[in-house]
Amino acid sequence: MHNFITYYLGTGFWGSLVSSIIPLVFILPYALVAIWLELKISAHMQDRVGPMRTGRWHGWAQPLADVTKLIQKEDIIPAAAEKVLYVLAPALVFVGAYAAYAAIPFSPAYIGSNINLGIFYVVAVSAVVVIGILMAGWSSNNKWSLLGAMRTAAQLVSYEIPSSLAILAVVMVVGSLNLNDICAAQSGWFWNWFVFGKFPFLFITFFIYFIASLAETNRSPFDIPEAESELVAGYHTEYSGMRFAFFFLAEYANMFVVAAIAAVLFFGGWNSPFGTFLSGPVWGAFWLISKGMVLVFIQIWLRWTLPRFRVDQLMYLSWKILTPFALLNIFAVGLWVVLRG
Amino acid sequence: MAELRTEEMVLNMGPQHPSTHGVLRVELVVDGEVVVDAIPHIGYLHRCFEKHAEALNYQQIVPYCDRMDYLGSMNNDHAYVLGVEKLLNIQVPERVEYIRVIMAEFQRIASHLVSIGTYGLDIGAFTPFLFCFRDREMILDLFEMTCGARLLYNYMWPGGLSHDLPAGFVEKARAFIKHFRPAMKELNDLLSYNEIFVKRTANVGVLPADIAINYGASGPTLRGSGVKWDLRKCEPYSVYNKFDWDIVVGTGEMGTLGDCWDRYMVKVWEIEQSLRIIEQALDTLPEGDVQAAIPKRVRPPVGEVYVRSESPRGELAYYIVSDGSQKPYRVKGRAPSFSNLSLLPEISRGYLIADMIAIIGSVDITLGDVDR
Repeated sequence: MHNFITYYLGTGFWGSLVSSIIPLVFILPYALVAIWLELKISAHMQDRVGPMRTGRWHGWAQPLADVTKLIQKEDIIPAAAEKVLYVLAPALVFVGAYAAYAAIPFSPAYIGSNINLGIFYVVAVSAVVVIGILMAGWSSNNKWSLLGAMRTAAQLVSYEIPSSLAILAVVMVVGSLNLNDICAAQSGWFWNWFVFGKFPFLFITFFIYFIASLAETNRSPFDIPEAESELVAGYHTEYSGMRFAFFFLAEYANMFVVAAIAAVLFFGGWNSPFGTFLSGPVWGAFWLISKGMVLVFIQIWLRWTLPRFRVDQLMYLSWKILTPFALLNIFAVGLWVVLRG
Repeated sequence: MAELRTEEMVLNMGPQHPSTHGVLRVELVVDGEVVVDAIPHIGYLHRCFEKHAEALNYQQIVPYCDRMDYLGSMNNDHAYVLGVEKLLNIQVPERVEYIRVIMAEFQRIASHLVSIGTYGLDIGAFTPFLFCFRDREMILDLFEMTCGARLLYNYMWPGGLSHDLPAGFVEKARAFIKHFRPAMKELNDLLSYNEIFVKRTANVGVLPADIAINYGASGPTLRGSGVKWDLRKCEPYSVYNKFDWDIVVGTGEMGTLGDCWDRYMVKVWEIEQSLRIIEQALDTLPEGDVQAAIPKRVRPPVGEVYVRSESPRGELAYYIVSDGSQKPYRVKGRAPSFSNLSLLPEISRGYLIADMIAIIGSVDITLGDVDR
C-alpha cells in the first residue's frame, strides 16, 4: 500500500502527506473503540453494565458522545499559565505517540517508513512525550500539575532503561533494528514466535518489556503521574476540552504503540499463528492489530485490578529489580547467541 | 559542593480534592514530596446541629442526628434515643432494642464498606470500591424495606421505632449474610492481602497506642493500635451484653502495630463480628409491640444525661440537658471523627504525599461528623 502511494504521488509533499495521514485514520477509530472497551470491560469487571443507551447497542456511541462534548467545551487557559508552552504541550505529547506509528509494520506490505533503525526510532520519539508532559506541568502554574510532571519525568526516564534493554535482547537475536526484519525472523507457526521459540530468555524479556511499557504509558499500577486520588489529575489538572482530549488520545495511542511493539518483538508481528494459513498483506494487518488489541486488553484488565504503587516503590522496582534483571538477561541472551553461533 | 538549597512548599489539599473524604482542607507543608507538616482545617460542613437542637422538640432532633455522621445514621439515632429514654426514665420493649441493635450493626457494616471501598480508591484500586458498594446497596435495600429511607432514616424514636420489621425482613437479612461472607473473602483476596496494597499501607502512618489515647482516639483508629476498647463490650449499652462476639484489634502482622494496614484490617474483621451479632439477634428476636412505649409527649424532668455509644467511627456520645420543657436546654455531640482527625498532624509528618492520602483514608473520618 505504501508502494502504491509512492508510485502515484511520489515521495514528495503529497506522497508524504497521504502516508502520514494513514496512521491517523487508524488511531482515531482505534481510540474510540479502545475507550468504549475500557468502559465496558471495567464495568463488567465491577459487576456493572456500563453505558447501555448511547447508540442503542451496548452504548457503542458513548466515546463519540464524549468527544462531541469535549469539542464543544470552552477552551480555558488559566490566567497565570505560561501561554505558549501550555498550548504547545498537548500537541507535543500527541506527536510523540503519533510519530511512533510511522515505524510500526502493520502488514508485510504497509509500513509508514521502512527505516533500518525502526525500533530505535520508536524508542526515541516516545521519549519526546516526557518533554510535552513536563511542559504541561510547568506551564499550568499549578502545584499539583508540577508534582505530576516531575513524577512523570522521573518515571519515564527510569523505565526507558529496562524497556530499551529488553528490546536490545531481541535485536541481538535477530541482528537487525528493522521491525519488518524482526517480524520476518518469526515466520511460520506460533511456536516460532520469540516469546515461545526462544524460551526462556525472550519469555523473561517479554515480561520485563511489558512491565516497563506499562510504566511508560502511565497505566495502572504505574499511573502515579496522574494518580487522581493523590494529585487530582496530575499534569493535566488544568486542561479541559480538546486540549485534555489530546492527552487522552495520546495515552490510548501510546497504549497501542507499546502493545504493537510487544506484538512485533515477541508475538510474530504480522505473522499468522498458523504458518501460511490466513497470511498475506491484509491478514497481516488483521493479525498485528488483533495481537496488539489483546495486549491492550491486558493493560485495561490490570488497570481495574491493581492498586497503585508509591513513587519510591516505583523507582525501586525500576532500578533495583527490572534493570538488573534486564542486564542479566542481556548477558544470558548474548552468551546464548554467541554459543549457538 | 555547597548544600543544595531547597524551599518548602505550601500545598493546599482540599476542600475540593478527590481523596479528603468530603470537604476537609489540609494545609500541607512539603519538601519535595515529603510532608513536613499537615494542618487540618475544618468547618466547611458545619450545620449548627447543637444550636438547632435547642430550638426543636426531642423527637424532632432525631432527623438532625441522622445527618451528623451520614454514613452511620442508625448508630447516631441509637445513641440519642437511648439518652432521651434515660432522661425520661422509660423502659422500652426488648424487641425494640433487638431491632435497634440489628439496624445499628447493619449500619456499621454499611459504613465500614464505604470506608474500605473508598480506601481502596485512595490507594488506586477502583474495582473493590464498586464491590463494596454493591454489597452496601443490599443493606440499604433492607433499610428501605423497613423504613422507606436509604440514607437518613429517622427510624429510631424515643421509646420505640417508626415501623416494626416488615414481613420477610429476617429471611432477606439471612440471605444477605449468606451472600456477604464469600463476598468479603473475595474482597480480601482482591485488596486486603494484595502485595501492592500491603506495601502501600504497612508501616505507614504508625500510631502508637499512647498517642492514640492521649488524643482521645476511639473506634477502629484506636483498636488498630492494639488497644482493646469497644464500648459495646467495655460499657455495654442496649442489649449488646446478650451476644457472643469479640473485640478485634490490630496485630501489626504486615508491618508495625498501629499502621494504616492495621486500622484498615480492623474494619474488615469488625464486619465479621457485626455479622455474628446480627445472626444471634435474628435467632433470638423477641415478640412485642415496637410502639407500645412511645410517649405521647416527651417532656423529661429537669436533669442531664451523658450517653456513650460505639459508632462505626468510635465513641459517639451525647450530653443532653433538660430544663423540664419539651425542648432540650442543650445537646452536645461528642463526635469520634473530630478527635480522630486531630491525630492527623501527629502521624503524617515525614511521609510522602501519597502516604498522606493513605493516612487520611485510614483514620476514616466523615466530615459531617467532624463539623456537625
